[in-house]
Amino acid sequence: MNFEKLVQKAKKEYYSIFRGEPPAILIGSATCGISAGANEITKVIEDEITRKNIEARIIPVGCIGSCYAEPIIGIFKNNKEGVFYGPVNKKLVKNIIKKNIIEDKVAKENILGTIQVKETGTRGSFFESDFMKLQSRRILRRCGLINPEDINHYLATGGYTGLLKTLEMGADEIIDTIKRSGLRGRGGAGFPTWLKWDLCRQSNSKEKYIICNADEGDPGAFMNRSLLEGDPHSVIEGILIGAHTIKAKKAYIYCRAEYPAALEKLEKAINDLDKIGLLDIEIVIKKGAGAFVCGEETALIASIEGRRGMPRTRPPFPTTKGLWGKPTVINNVETFAAISLIFQEGVEKFSSIGTESSKGTKTFSLVGDVKRTGLIEVPLGTTLRRVIFDIGGGIKNGGNLKAVQIGGPSGGCIPASMMDIEIDYDSLTSAGAIMGSGGLVVLSDDSCMVEIARYFLEFTQRESCGKCVPCRLGTQQMLLILDDIVQGNGNPEDVETLHEVAEAVKAASLCGLGQTAPNPVLTTLKYFREEYVEHVMNRRCPAAYCRELMHYFIDGKQCTGCMVCSKVCPGNAIVGVKDEVHFIDQEKCLKCGSCMDVCKEGAILKVPGPGGSIES
Amino acid sequence: MQRLKKILKSYHGKREDIIPLLQDVQEEYGYLPENALRELSKVTEVSESQIYGIATFYAQFRFKPKGRKHLTVCTGTACHVKGSEQIIEAIQRRLKIKEGETTPDHEYSLEAVGCIGCCSLAPCAMINGKVISRIKPRQIKRLLPQKS
Ligand SMILES: Cc1cc2nc3c(=O)[nH]c(=O)nc-3n(C[C@H](O)[C@H](O)[C@H](O)COP(=O)(O)O)c2cc1C
Ligand code: FES
Repeated sequence: MNFEKLVQKAKKEYYSIFRGEPPAILIGSATCGISAGANEITKVIEDEITRKNIEARIIPVGCIGSCYAEPIIGIFKNNKEGVFYGPVNKKLVKNIIKKNIIEDKVAKENILGTIQVKETGTRGSFFESDFMKLQSRRILRRCGLINPEDINHYLATGGYTGLLKTLEMGADEIIDTIKRSGLRGRGGAGFPTWLKWDLCRQSNSKEKYIICNADEGDPGAFMNRSLLEGDPHSVIEGILIGAHTIKAKKAYIYCRAEYPAALEKLEKAINDLDKIGLLDIEIVIKKGAGAFVCGEETALIASIEGRRGMPRTRPPFPTTKGLWGKPTVINNVETFAAISLIFQEGVEKFSSIGTESSKGTKTFSLVGDVKRTGLIEVPLGTTLRRVIFDIGGGIKNGGNLKAVQIGGPSGGCIPASMMDIEIDYDSLTSAGAIMGSGGLVVLSDDSCMVEIARYFLEFTQRESCGKCVPCRLGTQQMLLILDDIVQGNGNPEDVETLHEVAEAVKAASLCGLGQTAPNPVLTTLKYFREEYVEHVMNRRCPAAYCRELMHYFIDGKQCTGCMVCSKVCPGNAIVGVKDEVHFIDQEKCLKCGSCMDVCKEGAILKVPGPGGSIES
Repeated sequence: MQRLKKILKSYHGKREDIIPLLQDVQEEYGYLPENALRELSKVTEVSESQIYGIATFYAQFRFKPKGRKHLTVCTGTACHVKGSEQIIEAIQRRLKIKEGETTPDHEYSLEAVGCIGCCSLAPCAMINGKVISRIKPRQIKRLLPQKS
């Protein structure tokens, strides 16, 4: 069958879903949806439609971004806009089926909004909600609205037309188009994609490789996972365009083993593509084995080659000497998806948004103490304030914003006072952070910035490959100092020492891991120095977070002796009989805050400073 | 050994297959048994010390069997901020084992892992691969009924 016919057939099939005859039920079934209970919900729906003898189609889709509202379902019936509900539970789902499918009304509970999907585009009240209206979903346009395992859904929505266009173009024209798009790599450093491709293309070698970096080792980030689970073909199409441009016959996708669902979807996508005859290179999926440093390109190459994932000095860069010593292009998952987007929809559309130096949109995982957590996509140049307050809905439980941690272990903490900063590669770097892959962790007053720095140092210290001395010993030294400080054993001169070691590690390390590992320390020292001082001078954690420098305390005036707290305490640390004031055995206390969560009287207080052995 | 032979049969003499082979062995046995590694070294002609060198480099590989219920707690940033340390503490106290250990009756094992990609529903843990999101320390008692 020729491509045109294939697409016609795919369109007919795909758009019929949204006409809702028979009714169609979309279920967000990405890893996040499943962990929120999507599989159980699917089971209930299946049982319910069998039991009630309803004709309906169930379509598993990826994550639409609103993770905070998962599990999410959408119902399309009778040519009307689909209604999306979330979070749903087993009981709610039965009611939704009854109301929305049997009685043809809209169920009232937990409506997220309506969505209409047509060949001309998507619209509906869902996209005008607070969470969505400031976003610009370009890379993620299909996530949550197609079945990622059905290649027809991809073909119906413009899939592989970008590849076909580039097959008619010469490499010059492709590279020039990418240059005009202004696309910079989405893996963190923001290197111009066209330049990397051009360098590799110019390399004189018969054998060349293309690698998709799907390692996403940055803790707290899941953009790459969501994209691979929600729209795997968009990444593969970008890989094929790259292979065609640089003339590579083999591509590798290096994906973390922690992402089994993404690995599965990729494999299915590659097989399906082969079946329709569009796969003209070999694509090999390599499962990572759990080492953060393997996200670094030279380490990743070593890992694919079957060695320990150790970085090496550059130059030579992979574009001249990469996998098996051959010229290699390595790009991030989102970079490849952006390539498909550029060639499917045109370069003008892509570069019409963004800032002068950072074009297009960027996906972020918005997590932490923010009301609406999830996967978002905004034009580059959007301010942090818009992202956190307008899209994310502000801080959870009425707390105050303290800082945003951006860019993972290579990034830094930006204080609440700087929220008007625009998110682009250069402004973040000048603030001491980096764009990184796009993890945005929102921190409220309850977080201790010294502890956050310690957390990242523990991470980088553990993940350092140990090849170069500054990184191996420097991160360890910083961690030891930070451990002392959060435990209340810090000395006044520690703060200066920390600064000196951090600067040395940054300047002298071999690879990006060591060069950026001090960033969390340096930014917190810069913006939150008084918190360090408070820890070392007064042995106090102002946020009442550090375990040794805080304790829980029961206020005898408020306690009614209801025993609720003592029942939930996992450490059996709460002593007291019914109707009498309770107290906390500080020796046994885990400091988990379970008691505070359940106490209706507000009798439990979090107090900075260590507690005595038994409170009176 | 039959199971191991089957895995080793997929080896086509390429250095790049070592890590996937180790992954397959671990998938099959739940850990990397010593004699399997010896066998692997013979078949691939890569020295045992090199194989250990690779296996110890990557966090994924374990050299001791898991418990029947394998608990993994995410220690990624989002989960850390939301208190994964207390979850680990609560499990350690409940099962009287440390992170990385297995209970003497082989019922439970506990492991801390990096981000599992469900950060928006933090904190997260897994029991035999099934994610439990927004887990609270006070759930631990109920989730882990002790045998002894
Ligand atoms: C320690 C370290 C970890 C990295 N982890 C990743 C990662 O998980 N994913 C990624 O795409 N890039 C990661 N990078 C960046 C890559 O080395 C490389 O710059 C990137 O994959 C290039 O793709 P791009 O040009 O499309 O951004 C990491 C770099 C370092 C130094
Ligand atoms: S930080 Fe725990 S799932 Fe990402």
